Amino acid sequence: MTDLYRSQRAMRNMRQAAMQRGVVAILDVGTWKVACLILRFDGPERFRADDGVSSMAGQSSFRVIGAATTRSRGVRFGEIDAMQETERAIRTAVQGAQKMANVRVDHVIACFSGAEPRSYGLSGAIELQDTTVTEPDIGRVMSVCDVPDYGEGREVLHAQPVNFALDHRAGLSDPRGMIGHRLAVDMHMLTVDRSAIQNLIHCVKRCDLELAGIASSAYSSGIAAMVEDEQELGGACIDLGGGATGISVFLKKHMIYADAVRMGGEHVTTDISKGLQVSMAAAERIKTVHGGAMATGMDDRDMIEIGGDTGDWDHDRRAVSRAEVIGIMRPRIEEILEEVRERLDAAGFEHLPSQQIVLTGGGSQIPGLEGLASRILGQQVRLGRPLRVQGLPQAATGPAFASAVGLCLFATRPQDEWWDFDIPAEGYPARSIRRAMKWFKDNW
Amino acid sequence: MQPLILDRKSAIKRDPAPSRVAYRLQRLWLTPMFRSLLRTGVPAFLVVGAAAIFVSDEARVDMLTQKVTDIRRSVEERPEFMVNLLTLDGASDEVAQDIREILPLDFPVSSFDLDLEEMRQTVLGLDAVLDAQLRVRSGGILDIAVTERVPVVVWRSRDAVELLDVAGHRVAPITTHRFSTDLPIISGEGADRAVAEALRLLESASVLGERVRGLVRMGERRWDLVLTGDQRILLPETQPELALERVLALHQARELLSRDIVAVDMRHGKRPTIRLTEHAVEEMRRMKNIELGENRG
Repeated sequence: MTDLYRSQRAMRNMRQAAMQRGVVAILDVGTWKVACLILRFDGPERFRADDGVSSMAGQSSFRVIGAATTRSRGVRFGEIDAMQETERAIRTAVQGAQKMANVRVDHVIACFSGAEPRSYGLSGAIELQDTTVTEPDIGRVMSVCDVPDYGEGREVLHAQPVNFALDHRAGLSDPRGMIGHRLAVDMHMLTVDRSAIQNLIHCVKRCDLELAGIASSAYSSGIAAMVEDEQELGGACIDLGGGATGISVFLKKHMIYADAVRMGGEHVTTDISKGLQVSMAAAERIKTVHGGAMATGMDDRDMIEIGGDTGDWDHDRRAVSRAEVIGIMRPRIEEILEEVRERLDAAGFEHLPSQQIVLTGGGSQIPGLEGLASRILGQQVRLGRPLRVQGLPQAATGPAFASAVGLCLFATRPQDEWWDFDIPAEGYPARSIRRAMKWFKDNW
Repeated sequence: MQPLILDRKSAIKRDPAPSRVAYRLQRLWLTPMFRSLLRTGVPAFLVVGAAAIFVSDEARVDMLTQKVTDIRRSVEERPEFMVNLLTLDGASDEVAQDIREILPLDFPVSSFDLDLEEMRQTVLGLDAVLDAQLRVRSGGILDIAVTERVPVVVWRSRDAVELLDVAGHRVAPITTHRFSTDLPIISGEGADRAVAEALRLLESASVLGERVRGLVRMGERRWDLVLTGDQRILLPETQPELALERVLALHQARELLSRDIVAVDMRHGKRPTIRLTEHAVEEMRRMKNIELGENRG
């Protein structure tokens, strides 16, 4: 646990260093595409991080100066499958963005959707030494949380305090300076497969970049696509990606649950490819141009030329009605949404005060998805596009870029994580020497 | 499974990914330090290096300097810049001759080689020249406008007889055989430093006409006005004009200076004194005795 604590802290420090330098890259390694955005922190509020919520919630402090997307290769289910290929894809995206921005970036914040995220709710409580809650107390209460055995070969990705309780008052977001005797905390911990993270770190290292932060893409697309009320009152963000569908549940502006379904748009394409006996490229084209989730009577008469280049005239000149394509796509979409429903039910989503569901990600662009989703997931379903951030090219404003945009926000205003607070000192001299060593390491 | 060993020959170049080298080079190129080094450092180094190699050989440097002077010379010696003639304005013949002698001019000469300020100082070094303006006129003419000093008095000192201007500056020496000017004469040690005062006194004394012979500076502080017949008017150090006016007024009223006196001493303003000739003293004594005798008798 302390090992992870250190590595996450190191990443956090690197992120601070990158913000100081003013340029940081955002890398979204997805199954369908690899997107790279380059942010420059030179806005009017660069040095006003501390005085509460700044205007535009801190978004005016950065600007996207470079953006590039490339077809992802070697990624399956949001996990790196062929490292060489992925490395090349990352290189392509980073180079394109660097070329557009005309700056060199050294620090990168990455997100990925797969690696079987699992959520845990943690809680801990301490008796306060004096009656006022101080910052070391918060670190202390977090360190006494009883961590469940999350299994060998897994890594903690997020560990965020979501709720503080002081004596009998619960639901505090910041108890520092309050008077009380017993401080309790609820934490949300997200663990992922360690090998997936290590692969990603390795890929990024091979591109001569430093990893300055890592996030779950379900979480980051939730930040980007959900409005503040939905995050406050309770809501879920469904990120329909290429190889995996991310689910994140928010309450009181904290993520309280995250999960991923290992199915996505690519499976729909595979189904079309199999059903119509066409190549994957042709199937992808049919899906994006003619696809849908709800068939109407008009769709029976809407004939689609399938095309093909086998040389067999009869095979290549086939045509199907749009209703048939929808008939192939719909079961798979239903399956994905059913799976999501199951996960949400397991997480107790129905107990939230508001049950807004936001669909985002590239898969949410399927026409008629909203109607289908409201049948399965409940009435409060809307399609979510990511927030507008300054300087983002028009081509990168679609829902497919929700997690990339979310990472921008994550980079500027990161949630407090467990490793942001100091672990209470065991022995003061040893610790001060360690801090001195760290200072030297950081600065020389 | 994709082939792990890439067959480079048959691989179609459809991969948009940059090679590792290309990627690294681009990143290197985007490094500001490296970029500025390459953009300014390398050219600067090349220029400095080339210059250093060039300078390291003496013969090449000589050749270069020779070339530069040749080009310079060829421009300077164009006929447009040559000066062929010297004209002098406002100078008398003697002064003009002096100027021509002292100016080291060897026509034709390039106007770049003329140091007008130095030449002006040389010309000003002549006693007779008060001011001089030099300029090179179009047509290759060096024009010198000279203002000469005007002699106002003759100063007869122990060594020589000289002409002085208003400021007391020497204009020209006078040789004895040419001593025939009608300028007033002053003499005495330090007389040249008070020429202006002397001129004022002489102006006042001009009512005496031919009787004035000159002024003598006494002890470098005051003047004596010398008249014909060895009469002297001893003037005080301060306000000598006033004292002279008083004497002249006396002269006009009582014919003072026509009488038999040697000197009028005005050095002390409250006690003007006259010194009689020996003959006059005896005559006065005689007159007194007669007066006394008459009274007695």
